[in-house]
Amino acid sequence: MSLLKVENLTVALPPGGDRPHAIEDITLEVDAGEILCVVGESGSGKSITANAVMGLLPKGLAVKAGRIVFEGRDLLALSPEGMRRLRGARLAMIFQEPMTALNPVMRVGEQIAEAMRVHGAGAEAARRVPELLAAVKLPDPAATARAYPFRLSGGQRQRVMIAMALALEPSLLIADEPTTALDVTTQMQILRLIREIQSRRGTGVMFITHDFGVVAEIADRVAVMQHGRIVEQGPAAEILNRPQHPYTRALIAAVPQGAPGSAPPSSAPVILEAKGVEKTYRRTGGWFGPKPEVRAVHHADFVLRKGETLGLVGESGSGKSTLARCVVKLVEPEKGEILFEGADLRPLSRRAWKPFRKRIQMVFQDPFASLNPRRRVGEIIAEGPITHGAPRAAALARARELLALVQLDPGAMERYPHEFSGGQRQRIGIARALAMEPELLIADEPVSALDVSVQAQVLALLADIRARLGLTMLFITHDLRVAAQVCDRIAVMQHGAIVEQGPTAEVFGAPRHPYTRQLLDSIPGRGWTPPVIAA
Amino acid sequence: MREFWRRFRRNRGALAGLVILVLIILLAAFAPLLYPGSPWEMATAPFVPPGEEGMLLGSDSLGRDVAAGIAHGARISLMVGAVSTIAALSIGVTLGAVAGYLGGVVDDAVMRFTEFFQTIPSFVFAVLLVAIFTPTIGSVVFAIAVVSWPPVARVVRAEFLSLRSREFVQAAEVLGKSRIAIVLTDILPNALSPIVVLSSLMVASAILLESALSFLGLGDPNLMTWGFLIGAGRSVIRLAWWMSVFPGLAIFLTVLALNLVGEGLSDALNPRLARQRGGAT
Amino acid sequence: MEPSRLPGFLLRRGAKAAIVILAIVVCNFLLIHAAPGDPASVIAGQSGAADERFLAQLREQFGLDKPLHVQLWIYLKGVLTLDLGFSHRQQQPVWGLIAERLPATLLLTGAAFAFALAAGVTLGALAARRVGTWADSLITVVALTFYATPIFWVGLMLVLFFSVWLEWLPSFGMATVGVELTGVAAVLDVAKHLVLPAATLGLFYLAVYARLTRATMLEVADQDFVKTARAKGVPEGQVVRRHVLRNALLPVITFAGIQAGQLIGGSILVETVFAWPGIGRLAFDALLARDYAVLLGVFFCTSVMVVLFNLLTDLLYAVVDPRVEVEG
Repeated sequence: MSLLKVENLTVALPPGGDRPHAIEDITLEVDAGEILCVVGESGSGKSITANAVMGLLPKGLAVKAGRIVFEGRDLLALSPEGMRRLRGARLAMIFQEPMTALNPVMRVGEQIAEAMRVHGAGAEAARRVPELLAAVKLPDPAATARAYPFRLSGGQRQRVMIAMALALEPSLLIADEPTTALDVTTQMQILRLIREIQSRRGTGVMFITHDFGVVAEIADRVAVMQHGRIVEQGPAAEILNRPQHPYTRALIAAVPQGAPGSAPPSSAPVILEAKGVEKTYRRTGGWFGPKPEVRAVHHADFVLRKGETLGLVGESGSGKSTLARCVVKLVEPEKGEILFEGADLRPLSRRAWKPFRKRIQMVFQDPFASLNPRRRVGEIIAEGPITHGAPRAAALARARELLALVQLDPGAMERYPHEFSGGQRQRIGIARALAMEPELLIADEPVSALDVSVQAQVLALLADIRARLGLTMLFITHDLRVAAQVCDRIAVMQHGAIVEQGPTAEVFGAPRHPYTRQLLDSIPGRGWTPPVIAA
Repeated sequence: MREFWRRFRRNRGALAGLVILVLIILLAAFAPLLYPGSPWEMATAPFVPPGEEGMLLGSDSLGRDVAAGIAHGARISLMVGAVSTIAALSIGVTLGAVAGYLGGVVDDAVMRFTEFFQTIPSFVFAVLLVAIFTPTIGSVVFAIAVVSWPPVARVVRAEFLSLRSREFVQAAEVLGKSRIAIVLTDILPNALSPIVVLSSLMVASAILLESALSFLGLGDPNLMTWGFLIGAGRSVIRLAWWMSVFPGLAIFLTVLALNLVGEGLSDALNPRLARQRGGAT
Repeated sequence: MEPSRLPGFLLRRGAKAAIVILAIVVCNFLLIHAAPGDPASVIAGQSGAADERFLAQLREQFGLDKPLHVQLWIYLKGVLTLDLGFSHRQQQPVWGLIAERLPATLLLTGAAFAFALAAGVTLGALAARRVGTWADSLITVVALTFYATPIFWVGLMLVLFFSVWLEWLPSFGMATVGVELTGVAAVLDVAKHLVLPAATLGLFYLAVYARLTRATMLEVADQDFVKTARAKGVPEGQVVRRHVLRNALLPVITFAGIQAGQLIGGSILVETVFAWPGIGRLAFDALLARDYAVLLGVFFCTSVMVVLFNLLTDLLYAVVDPRVEVEG
């Protein structure tokens, strides 16, 4: 008998949504001791499925049909009190955002103890809490138990969540994108932890994710969801290597792979060079307090030649974004030289910078924050050239051309940003940067906030533009697969310094620095080569 | 725009508030037509109860028509509310924008200054100011403006700080736009929503403040305001309850209407927050 | 915040508070000189302005013929020794007058604050729990009503209703005149007189706290950690108490603490309506008599009280919220 069996589950959306049902006719199973990965992009309904199983659907979403059979019982037929008794004890859930998932004013140990107390096991809490914290490999369990959440990092908080979920040894663990908000190295640690605990205790796991790499890393079986339905289901090896459904095939085809086209010869002229750039943030410690310092960028020299794409790769806090922002004067470094075609940009005043603005442009990460919500798209794109003296009519005409270049319909000129999707807004952001006809384009995590299929389209667009216009690019990302696909050369950053740099093939094929090796080791599913899908 | 009105209309309270507000404004505008002459003139015998001798709301201790006093008082109250709010906004928006956008030492200095003004008990300070500068409509408006600007500065500063690091503002910097252009075309239009909501609430509290000052006898002695009417009725409350009740109702309705409209504006401009407030979706 | 950091925190906040008080004194000083007319007559007030001898005495006392910064220094010294001037009208030092009446005001504002906070938070929490139902609508409407009415008018309406028409409660003063009561009877007498004024002052702030509590609870209820608590199987009542309320009360505490100082301002109006013998009433009388020395004294004292309240609130908040870092 399987641990969890969801049969024909349908949940309705409130009227006025973009479809009548959040999820429709969902049938899946999870057995004891196996990991089922539910994969889908945003809006596919995977989270709603998880919430339905736990009985935590938000108000306004009602179960219309179907059964959820857990350990032989139909959960939907239980009273709220009956369901409450199971939650946390027999089935548990961990969530995506570790930074907000813990009560900020309660000690960590107390929150774990609470999970035990509400199910009558409070007497054992004192003994079990340090055991649990040690089991999730948190250093100094006693001190951690007394700490408040704000003292822990994201990865540590996620471990606490896991400890809390497993406190009463549930037979089913539902994990809703638990590693999406974590750094790649932390992600790998958490994935390994989940797998280890799961195999030791025989827990069944329903793991929600959008990342096929994660699927390749831990899944026994896979269910693919799109628009509220399951489109394909089966053993992991089957789905990953021989996907049948067109949507699954498209998703797998979108996983970044392969290498960029031929790199330009190393005799090309140097466009950008950073030497000895340093940026330190000092937090004001008040009158008598300590003044903590963060060295955001220090040993980070690099060279960028015409026509090539250099990737700045690293996890959060590595300084890659800060370094990129130093180049365009959004951040002012204290020391160093930033040489653009020989001219040092760092000491220049705001006015002296203006002619360089035309030659260096930037594409930003967050498609929902990078466009002024109160201006029309045409204005947004034409703004740059107009600021630099182009006549309005000419600038707007050029904006229309650019929209065609980024594969958007020219009617977009008159519309506002909120009418477009994330991927479309990124294209508008690219058009805005290109309007200035720059020689150097800095892309700060341009696809990190996009769904995987949209990501592939935007990357393809960038590759196309790069080839056509002969752009030089500084590409910042934390996703090593993306870097491998897009960049000619890579510079790996850690704690504000570049620890290794060189041609992509070399850095990824034969990494020298231990951190680079650790990063490569942390790519989920790196043993899996996505099959080549015919277009 | 249409979208904005649609969301505003969904909040029934806000709609009711708007209707009441419009009625009061009309009353103020047509006061000289409805009640010609000066409200200070004696109209009938003293202490006439409401409904008798043509006095809709009764007459006061000197035989003056209470309804006329309320109608004429509406003009003063609305005008004082509007002018002092505009003055407070000018100070607050400027200081808040400067602090939020420039940051650093300037921000610190402005914040200390603002905090100081917020520490002083505002009503006592207003009383003091009007007393020292002798009560005239000018000093009343001045006093209200002086105690009302700090919350505006705080809100505007917070908005500017948050917007300054928003990516579309950074993009504007990278495009090479001048600082003034960025503030005027990128930051300010997006900072307007909270300022608009705040304005409505500020007019409401300005009216409350003005009426409190008049009640204490600190209003302009030549102007008959709602607060003055209540103050005048205080000592004879056992004889003529209508002198205190009706002007107070007028204040209540106006302030209520302004608050409802303010909430409606907030819901219409921030649909996400509206859902959180448990209001209209 | 770790208990060991407390002394340093207090020191820093205390130093800040001292600076603010200094600034208030300077502000007072500037007001005297900014007013139209001769500073001496401003300080002397309406009744004192006619007395030439008194004016000359003032001029000498404040050194009004000396340069401005010397005058400031003289004034500062005076304030720090609690010499807040002399009321010509009452023929008493200002500080004496204030000290006499301060306890009555503290009693009134204390009672009003306690009432407003307790009832306001309860109603706000109730409204948030039953958001969208008739209970929520009722509470919201009632709160809005009290928020929109002028305090002094509420006072008059309460007097009209409970004193004039129903004759249940007294309408003025702190104790029944002409009767000598002791012990429990005296306390009860004062309590009876306290009901209406405290209710008047408190109802406005009750509305403020109710609305604020409702808003913060709705906001907190949406946050992830509340969902985590439910996923653990915590019963709903406990979720609301230990998770939602505990977090929602933090901003309410801060706000209430800051407001506590402002309550003193409202007491001027309430004390006037109910003839309550506190410093608010003193200020009103001084107003009528244009006795600026007393007014300035009241302003100074209320400001100092606000600063102290803010300090207390900061301290309380730092103890209650573990995230408060030790900053200047």
